[in-house]
Amino acid sequence: MNSIRKVNRRSFLKVGVSGAAGLTIGFALPQTSLLLAQSAGSRVFPLNGYVHVGADDIVTFVLAKSEMGQGPMTALSQILAEEMDCDWKRIRTEFAPVDPKLYGPLQGTFGSMSIRTGWDPIRKAGATAREMLVQAAAQKWGVEKSRCRTESGAVINTADNQRLTFGSLAEPAAKLTPPSQPTLKTAGQYQIIGKSVKRLDTPHKVNGQAVFGIDAKVPGMQYAVVARCPVFGGKVASFDAAKAKAVPGVKQVVEISSGVAVVADNTWNAMEGRRALDIKWNEGALANLNSAEIRKMMQQATDNPGAVARKTGDAPGALSGAAKKLEAVYEAPYMSHAPMEPMNATAHVRADGCDVWAATQIQTAAHGVAMQITGLSADKVKVHTLFLGGGFGRRGGDDFVREAVETSKAAGVPVKLTWSREDDMTHDLYRPASYTRFTGALDAEGWPVAWHTRVGCPSFAGMQNGVDRAAVEGIADLAYAIPNIQVEYQKADPGIPTTYWRSVGYSQNTFFTESFLDELAIAGGKDPLEVRRRLLAKNPRMLAVLELAAEKAGWGKPLPAGRARGIAVVNNIGSFNAQVAEVSLDKGKLRVHRVVCAVDCGQVINPAIVEQQIQSGIVYGLSAALKGGITIDKGRVQQQNFHQYEVLRIDEMPVVEVHIVPSQNNPGGIGEASTPTTAPAVANAIFALTGKRLRKLPIHNEDLA
Amino acid sequence: MATIKFSLNGKAQTVDVSEKMPLLWVLRDTLGMTGTKFGCGMALCGACTVHLNGQAIRSCITPVSSVAGKNILTIEGLSPDSNHAVQQAWVEQDVPQCGYCQSGQIMAAAALLSKKTHPTDADIDEVMRGNICRCGTYQTIRSAIHRASEILAASNGKPAAKGGVA
Repeated sequence: MNSIRKVNRRSFLKVGVSGAAGLTIGFALPQTSLLLAQSAGSRVFPLNGYVHVGADDIVTFVLAKSEMGQGPMTALSQILAEEMDCDWKRIRTEFAPVDPKLYGPLQGTFGSMSIRTGWDPIRKAGATAREMLVQAAAQKWGVEKSRCRTESGAVINTADNQRLTFGSLAEPAAKLTPPSQPTLKTAGQYQIIGKSVKRLDTPHKVNGQAVFGIDAKVPGMQYAVVARCPVFGGKVASFDAAKAKAVPGVKQVVEISSGVAVVADNTWNAMEGRRALDIKWNEGALANLNSAEIRKMMQQATDNPGAVARKTGDAPGALSGAAKKLEAVYEAPYMSHAPMEPMNATAHVRADGCDVWAATQIQTAAHGVAMQITGLSADKVKVHTLFLGGGFGRRGGDDFVREAVETSKAAGVPVKLTWSREDDMTHDLYRPASYTRFTGALDAEGWPVAWHTRVGCPSFAGMQNGVDRAAVEGIADLAYAIPNIQVEYQKADPGIPTTYWRSVGYSQNTFFTESFLDELAIAGGKDPLEVRRRLLAKNPRMLAVLELAAEKAGWGKPLPAGRARGIAVVNNIGSFNAQVAEVSLDKGKLRVHRVVCAVDCGQVINPAIVEQQIQSGIVYGLSAALKGGITIDKGRVQQQNFHQYEVLRIDEMPVVEVHIVPSQNNPGGIGEASTPTTAPAVANAIFALTGKRLRKLPIHNEDLA
Repeated sequence: MATIKFSLNGKAQTVDVSEKMPLLWVLRDTLGMTGTKFGCGMALCGACTVHLNGQAIRSCITPVSSVAGKNILTIEGLSPDSNHAVQQAWVEQDVPQCGYCQSGQIMAAAALLSKKTHPTDADIDEVMRGNICRCGTYQTIRSAIHRASEILAASNGKPAAKGGVA
């Protein structure tokens, strides 16, 4: 596999790993104090699926997660290093091959699960490796294991301070039977867990060396783009390749399941060829669909009772007899993920095998689709994970891998297939739009006593008893101690492709619930913080982040004239997040000045990465709150690029303050923790400032007039 | 097709490509220098930022014919060993998350600092608003630019900047 070596000569990633010793590729790397290359010719010994130890003392952590900025490469390495007692400066990482036996049937990175699901197995992998190395040392010295301790990549004989490095013990250790119940450290013993060590990937991300999916190189590779029907579900009726083939550099034009692929000697010529291509589309059933019609469909769906997703007490009964009733409709649009790296994949299909290089969030999906297209057996298909230029849920799709594999198969050459930004934006799998009705009731003292929600929203996560969990999450699991709650779901699906989008249902539903709760608080004449406090009294972790954010933001204290605060809180992905946003209006223009965020994500592995992720999620949430929004006309997405689908830029960035609640609870997620609460905190602040309740995202300046 | 000569990271470079082919694709596909990234193709996101005779430009809309005889600097050539002040500051503050936009961010920041050694927050906003980061590293980008300004000042034997820092 010379091609693979070549792809990665400039990176620290050894693409494609096997358990055999002595196969590691050596290559020199500049600026890699933390990410070391294996010494040339050094033998490497796997101690388990996650840990390989080289005779040169380099510990290789096999990372079965995708690195898309959220930090598992560093944080999971910290967990391993902690339990293994290896030398942090001699850890390197490589992305794992697809291996269901080692890494499970759904190998991928989603749902803010990396730390949560890695916590036990990787601690165990590290502790197992450590005990095997200790046993090997004890045998060598002829002493009891209890006489040995480990420290920074070596086993030390406590009787005489003799020292053997892990590298020198790797070969005998690899022959031992792994202990079934290795002893794990307790939180008080942690030395690297909980520390803000520098990210392992940074040095390669400041000099152009990090290899992203779009940077894959394979000898003999050609470059492809695909012409797809602008209408969802449309198909090729006919096409004439003559003009496209006349474009210099265009090699082949091939039909694939999603459209027509133009293959050329570089991406630009492929794009030029696509421009010249004559295609007639059969636009299909959605050719007349538009956003107004979609909204009407959802609205009508919520006219009727839906499947019950939550029933606590008797909400309809309590509503009918309530002292005060409130009704509101909340709406959110389809959203594109728009990661900075447009979709792409590289595939090399041969009679006897298939290699795929991809920035994918779900390796087993990429593997499966390549097997299906090629008809090759599992062992003949290799998926090589490269860095992801953002994921946010989009890269859980297998559509871009499918296209690359189909095109390579049809063209008979290795193909790098790249989507333009326009392709990416108009053929995303979108965060679904939602039209959701709320009714609430207050008792005579102004406290909420009943809550009724009817969600109208497409389904992508699968239906159970008539309910799509993703469509109602954030509402069905409402944490507030309101005695009567009913949540219903009405599936309303116009056929726009949808999928997971950073924080999924919470991304729109927390905006709805936290805004509506504010409405109830204000209707009852209460302070929004006071109402949340009371209704979360039996939810100590949620209450704690709420209080911390409020305190750090100076809730209730005077602000400069023309500024106001809003608050919101959520419990998602096993973590707790509260935010206070501070806003002003300057000549009709909204400005978010400051967002104070408190987070409890259980045991923190790397506080700096937690802070990064909180900031990241807030920016993502703010972009969705104030910018984005995908609209449909004639079955087509109307937004093509960043001038029509705007995102937050640096000049609009608020000051973000992050406060972490210390905790030794099992780790929660972090990548999606802060996105849900940003929009409602901002909208609640706008209400506090202007008295105007905004119930529809995105919020535009003209909505504030 | 045309033969176009320019200087790339200090070395003479000759390519035989279509004249209107954007520099971005010449760099990435023809020359295999993939540090410069494709983000939008319309100069909207800044991921493809390189320097042309010291000025930050968007290589995705720059026809290669227009760089004939000029000096192009890419992320790969910014410094011999990642020790440009901006790169140092980026490493010190762990700016990148996914990292995809960071070549463009760094090249834009380096061009800014070559013109304004002590940029204010407003200077940073004006220039860096052309570079999108979907991971939202903006706050750290801002502080790292101020830090790079200090590093530059120190390396020039001058006191570090005070103004500017928010």
